[in-house]
Amino acid sequence: MKAHFKIKRFNPEKDREPHWEEYELEVEPTERVLDALQTIKWEQDGTLTLRRSCAHGICGSDAMVINGKNRLACKTLIKDLGSHITVEPLRGLPVIKDLIIDFTDFFAKYRSIKPYFINDEPPPDVERRQSPRQRARFDDTTKCILCGICTTACPVFWADSRYLGPAAIVQAHRFLFDSRDQGAEERLPVLSAHGGVWKCRTVFNCTDACPQGIDVTGAIAEVKKLLLFRKL
Amino acid sequence: MATAAPERTVKAGWWESFYQGLTYRGYEGHWAWIFHRVTGLGVLLFLTLHIVDIFLLTLGPGVFNSLLALYKAPAARILDVFLLFGVLFHAVNGLRIVIIDFWPHATRAHKAIFWAEVAVFLIVFVPSALVLLAPLFGWGGGAQS
Repeated sequence: MKAHFKIKRFNPEKDREPHWEEYELEVEPTERVLDALQTIKWEQDGTLTLRRSCAHGICGSDAMVINGKNRLACKTLIKDLGSHITVEPLRGLPVIKDLIIDFTDFFAKYRSIKPYFINDEPPPDVERRQSPRQRARFDDTTKCILCGICTTACPVFWADSRYLGPAAIVQAHRFLFDSRDQGAEERLPVLSAHGGVWKCRTVFNCTDACPQGIDVTGAIAEVKKLLLFRKL
Repeated sequence: MATAAPERTVKAGWWESFYQGLTYRGYEGHWAWIFHRVTGLGVLLFLTLHIVDIFLLTLGPGVFNSLLALYKAPAARILDVFLLFGVLFHAVNGLRIVIIDFWPHATRAHKAIFWAEVAVFLIVFVPSALVLLAPLFGWGGGAQS
């Protein structure tokens, strides 16, 4: 089938503002948007710039706005979109070039919630034991691949430069609800401060767009509830 | 120890955020949020108007009575329907958000909860709007004419 691609382009060395460029190419309906973008880059316009690494939905580097919604280009089939496809860089973070955005702010926020295991007790001779039930408590949020789709789909994140964004809160949830972790006292002040979980307006764009199917808004709601009912 | 999230240095302008909000292809939650914001501003506008009109009472009964006559005009009835829409949607949607905040498992069914909200809204809104608009069509009319 013939596919018509409209791609938002921006070259910081030449352009003052982003502009749209259009491409037509032959594609198989079962191909992915990533395949088509690579064909455009290889056969029509070598200057088209995008990130991609594993191309199988697990590295999270080819997140972009496809037909108005945040998606991974490698997990989106052309047959699900039709013949007219628009591709834009993610929103809310600065564009470096074409479809590549600057994730510095995203990762600064990610680091601020201390996304690593904290437990000062000496490790036991065997592993730190956990029941299946305790493991299931945070199972959903372990699936995050840090693609940035949830955070850049969030209207609060677009408008408020202080908001941590869903991805950072999902990571905090992963450790806060892990029975082996003891870092709650270090993480909760950041999560309850300005820019923390209370900025969430339950818009659900994050949950609807997450390529891993994580219940992002639910995780944020659980952190809110933890803050609300914890003993001071 | 840092106690707040780091701030982004490159910020989107007010207009850009607004444009992004309207052009992103969100679903139920996105539109519920937009309507919640718009109706919130609408209710705020009404409250301002209401404070001003009650204040007019201090200028004497004549001024206040002529204002009440204005509120009985057909155009005001249509505005009443808008007010009903704003207050009712904001209230029902607010209850949906409260349910989600206090019962995080509800997020798994957030689309169903939204459509339930729409059903509750319509069940209250449609008959109430008909009662408000009835005098315009010459229906019932007794009490309001």
